[in-house]
Amino acid sequence: MNWYGIKAIYIHEMERFRRTLFQSLASPIITTSLYFVVFGSAIGSRITEIDGINYGSYIVPGMIMLTILTQSISNASFAFYFPRFTNTIYEILAAPLSSFEIVLGFVGAAASKSLIIGCVIILTANFFVDVRIDHPLLMMFFLILTSITFALFGFIIGMYAEGFEGLQIIPILIITPLVFLGGSFYSINMLPEFWQKISLLNPVLYLISGFRYSFYEVSDVSLFTSTLTILTILIGCIIFITYTFSKGYRIKD
Amino acid sequence: MKNILEINNVTKFYKNSVKALENVNLNIKEGEIFALLGPNGAGKSTLINSICGIVNFNTGTIKINNMDIIKNYRTTRKMTGIVPQELNLESFETVWNNVNYSRGLFGKKPDHNYIEKLLKQLSLWDKKDNKIKELSGGMKRRVLIAKALSHQPKLLFLDEPTASVDVELRKDMWNVVKKLNEDGVTIILTTHYIEEAEELSDRVAVINDGKIILVDEKDKLIKKLGEKTIKIELFEPIEKINGKLSKYNFTLDQTNKIISHTYNLNSNTTDIAELLNDVKKDGYEIKDINTEQSSLEEIFIKLIKENNNELVRN
Repeated sequence: MNWYGIKAIYIHEMERFRRTLFQSLASPIITTSLYFVVFGSAIGSRITEIDGINYGSYIVPGMIMLTILTQSISNASFAFYFPRFTNTIYEILAAPLSSFEIVLGFVGAAASKSLIIGCVIILTANFFVDVRIDHPLLMMFFLILTSITFALFGFIIGMYAEGFEGLQIIPILIITPLVFLGGSFYSINMLPEFWQKISLLNPVLYLISGFRYSFYEVSDVSLFTSTLTILTILIGCIIFITYTFSKGYRIKD
Repeated sequence: MKNILEINNVTKFYKNSVKALENVNLNIKEGEIFALLGPNGAGKSTLINSICGIVNFNTGTIKINNMDIIKNYRTTRKMTGIVPQELNLESFETVWNNVNYSRGLFGKKPDHNYIEKLLKQLSLWDKKDNKIKELSGGMKRRVLIAKALSHQPKLLFLDEPTASVDVELRKDMWNVVKKLNEDGVTIILTTHYIEEAEELSDRVAVINDGKIILVDEKDKLIKKLGEKTIKIELFEPIEKINGKLSKYNFTLDQTNKIISHTYNLNSNTTDIAELLNDVKKDGYEIKDINTEQSSLEEIFIKLIKENNNELVRN
């Protein structure tokens, strides 16, 4: 293993995060605060509790998941697309690094950034509502696994994007709607039966449900199904990257 | 001298089926400066990028120090450094971070003393804390060289190292390249500045349309394909060419006072002494004699023209 190479990519990416620390943290903190104002205060005054949990507290896992998913994707996609755009990628490709090591460096850094932001959101949420974490280890398991999985997904976007606009298309058109419709701010039990069935086709629902279980022991689907879903997406991303990136598809053509 | 790089039958197609390299065969000796010449789009950069692992090639083998670059990519890539044609750098990073980052990528332990020495050698030490965006084009080019040398490679690829730099900086770069070579680094440079190849290289290859059309020592190439022109200036103009001079195929200038006679450097039949004698025998007095030798540039243009004509014929 080229540990120095992996470390170089990781440190390089984290350094970029440090340089833009204010922008990186300010945006999720402000967004979270706004969600609490809009959803917590405005809607929360009408929906007091869901599954016995105060509405403001209930939406915390969903908000963290929304941020983790979008941040992991945007961090990893930007991190890999940027050297492609500036052509500094030549150096990474010419280095004695395997595809796995390159992915580990970029995805590791993107996931780390997301985890830091996720922790900041938990702290921010504490200023607005009571946040209880019944299963901290399970919470960390979901948090880390989701960060890695969606950083891998972002890496794939970074490999395929043809421009900066391309980096935004999937997060805006697919991920954000899936998160909003995946029970971030409500329980699917509140929906009509038909829409409940439709919601079950949304993979993000399973992530949010599992993650919420680790907080309050309430969930829309079983913990096993949630874990299986996240592992399936993770393995899918790994297989896809292994096949395409190691062959140099779109990078070394 | 042993070969540090062996390229055998390498072919590369781009996605749109454009053949960028066709059965390229080339050996590079350890310690030499090798110039790869060719017009734009000839395949120079593709060849270098294939050797360095930046692009995949379709068929053939490439060996560095007798090791296959695909099977032994970790070992072979540690031995190579590349300076790209474009100024591809992270603008917001400092020179110091940029160079140390490159060393890390190549799997080398941090060595601040070596990086300091390298930056001093390339006159970059006082700029080490500057961000790349604050540097001039010439300085950026030096940073690229520092990055390529950060892991102490044995084989350095310079892809058009002096493209779009001024004459002064170009000469400065040549000195850097010569110094590196003296320190034991084998250098392969692509260029379309013939004078650069003429100044720096030991051997030259000409690539056109993805094919290597010639490989030779620079001096031999000039001798083999080069022509020499002797210009004999006379006191009096030649009114009519007759007598002994009629057997020569020379040209006269507008004043009819300067005879230009071109001959191949490799030809054994040319006897300049005989020509000079014949000039005298025909009653002309010689005022001055000049010789001009064809440059690598003229040879290059001639070769490319011949190759293109051949392609059209085929």
